[in-house]
Formats: sequence, structure tokens, C-alpha cells
Amino acid sequence: MSSSLVTYNKLAKLLHWFSAIMVIGLFAAGYWMVDLSYYSEWYQTAPHWHKSFGLCFVVITLGRLIWKLVSNGPSIEGSAFEKKAATYAHYLIYILLFTMFLSGYLISTADGRGIAIFNWIEVPGLGSFIENQEDLAGQVHEYAAYILIGLSGLHALAALKHHFIDKDNTLKKML
Amino acid sequence: MKKVLIASVLSAAMALPMSAIAADYKVDTTHAFVNFKVSHLGYSFIQGRFNKFEGQFSYDDKNVAASKVSINLDTTSLDTNHAERDKHLKSDDYINAGKFSTAKFVSTSVAETADGGLAITGDMTFHGVTKPVVVDAKVIGQGDDPWGNYRAGLEGTTRLELADFGMNVKGASTYVDLDIVLEGIRQ
Repeated sequence: MSSSLVTYNKLAKLLHWFSAIMVIGLFAAGYWMVDLSYYSEWYQTAPHWHKSFGLCFVVITLGRLIWKLVSNGPSIEGSAFEKKAATYAHYLIYILLFTMFLSGYLISTADGRGIAIFNWIEVPGLGSFIENQEDLAGQVHEYAAYILIGLSGLHALAALKHHFIDKDNTLKKML
Repeated sequence: MKKVLIASVLSAAMALPMSAIAADYKVDTTHAFVNFKVSHLGYSFIQGRFNKFEGQFSYDDKNVAASKVSINLDTTSLDTNHAERDKHLKSDDYINAGKFSTAKFVSTSVAETADGGLAITGDMTFHGVTKPVVVDAKVIGQGDDPWGNYRAGLEGTTRLELADFGMNVKGASTYVDLDIVLEGIRQ
């Protein structure tokens, strides 16, 4: 990371805001679809889209990580504590994203079935690794989702705090 | 003469309890199946099974009324060959396997039916609710197996009304038909 930069590069911004939309959208869809009645017209399409967007998000996040490693970005602003907290929060968000990807995959493939991405291609299933995998992976997916959305909210509040209270460049460098 | 007398007294003593008490069998779970069938939309059926259970039964064709059957079942082992559906069926929308992880059937009386089958009355515990049910059963066969044991096989069917067991009734799926095949090894 080079501290001389004042904003993130265009691709990093695009990937960040796409991820924000995905995290919020997938959380909302997931929260809503698990309580759908069996006779709802969305009962089959909502999970299909949730899984399709989720798997696209896996690919995009992998690309984002690679781009983050090879490109430069501005440094984090704030007190020593804020810099440390922000760094760990960013790591934790990535860890939670991959926890979501893996647990989601393990729910749907516990019987060896693959997962279709918008009926374009099918990601093969690797079957069951542990007993009652669909239940355990489902619990991990649920709890990790709540932690991720909470941490994302905190991340947004922190950015707003830097923008409106500290009046620094934190939010602007991502816009 | 003395030897013959001892032998006949001994054999009589051994024969007595044998005829009074039905033989005990332990269910060989590699040759036993707890299958179920539920209506799907009223147009077809979903079939599934419970993979984990244990059981024992007593049966003597000369004293059918002394027969007993009991089965203990792990409801988290539900398997309909579709992980996402299994997850949903095991959730609190349906059988709530997290809370009610065991189901059981314990017979209370066994009677012979006119057609030579068995009417096994017992208490079925499922979804935390215990209700009396009657299982229509029959003995499929019994005899020595090739590996030195004696086996007997039973098949029983019964219908559980979901509402009786405190479960949500959704659309056409108001009941579950159970089809249980038990092969027992005489102990």
C-alpha cells in the first residue's frame, strides 16, 4: 500500500460497491426466502437466484483479492487504534465472506448435487464430508450472515464517522 | 436309566421356558429399513427414510400375543435424497429434529389378524407427541442364515396423521405412510 495515493483505483471502487450490493442483497434475499411458504411462487426461484448470485460473488471476490494484492491503495486514516481495528475488520469481512461461500456450497451439495449458476453452468457437488452436513453448514451460514451484516454496518458507520466527525478522506477515497 | 431320566428332566425344564417366552431378536440394522411416503402437492409422493435406528422384537409363532416390538430412531438421520429438502424437513417447519431428535415405537399388544397377519398396537412418539397407533404387520419368514444365526423378518405399515403429532399440515400433505422392514437376529 502506498500512502501517497488519495483514492482507491476505479476497479477497486467498483469491486467494493458491487460487494456491498451483493452482501446486502444476498442477506435480504436469504432472510426472506427461508421463511417462504412452500406454496409461494418464489419458493424455487428465490433460492436459485440467491445461489446463482452467491456463486458469481465467489468468483468476483477471488478476483478482488488478487487485484488488491497486485494494485496499490491509499493507507487507512485515523488513530493508531482505528487503523488497527479497521485492518482487522477488513480481514474479518473477507474471512466471513469465504465462510459464507463455503457453508452455502456445503448446504446445497451435501447430497452430491451440483449448483446451477443461472442455468448457465453447474458447479459440481463434492458430496458430504460430515454427518448432517446440510444442517451444520446451514447454521454456520445463518450465524456468519448475521455477523457479516453487523460488521458491514459497523464498517459503514465507521466510514460515516470519519467523514462527518473527523472530516477526513476515509469515505471520499472510496467514492 | 438314571442318565435317561436326568436327560429328559433337563430337556423338559429347558423346553418349558422356551415355549412360554417368545424368542428375542435384535434388529440387524444393515437389513432393516424405516421408509416413509408423503404426498407431494397431491399429485405424487416423496419417499424417504430414516437411516439411523435400533430395535428389538420378540416373536414366537406359537404364542403371538407374547410378541413385542420396540424401535428407537434418530430423526436427524432423515434422508429424502435431497440435502436442501432434508434440511427443510428437519427444521422447525416440519419435524424439528433439533429439538425432537428421537422418535420411538413401543408395542403394547400384538394380536393375530384373520388373514394371518399381525396387528401391533403400540405407542408412537414423534415430534415430542406420543399417540397410540396400530401397525399392520406380517412375518415375512424365519430360519437359519448361512452364517450360523437364526433370523426372522417382519414388515409393518402404518399411517400417521401429521395433525395428531402436532405438526403443521401444508396443502395435500396431511399424513405420512410408514413402511418398516425389520430383520432380527435371534439372541
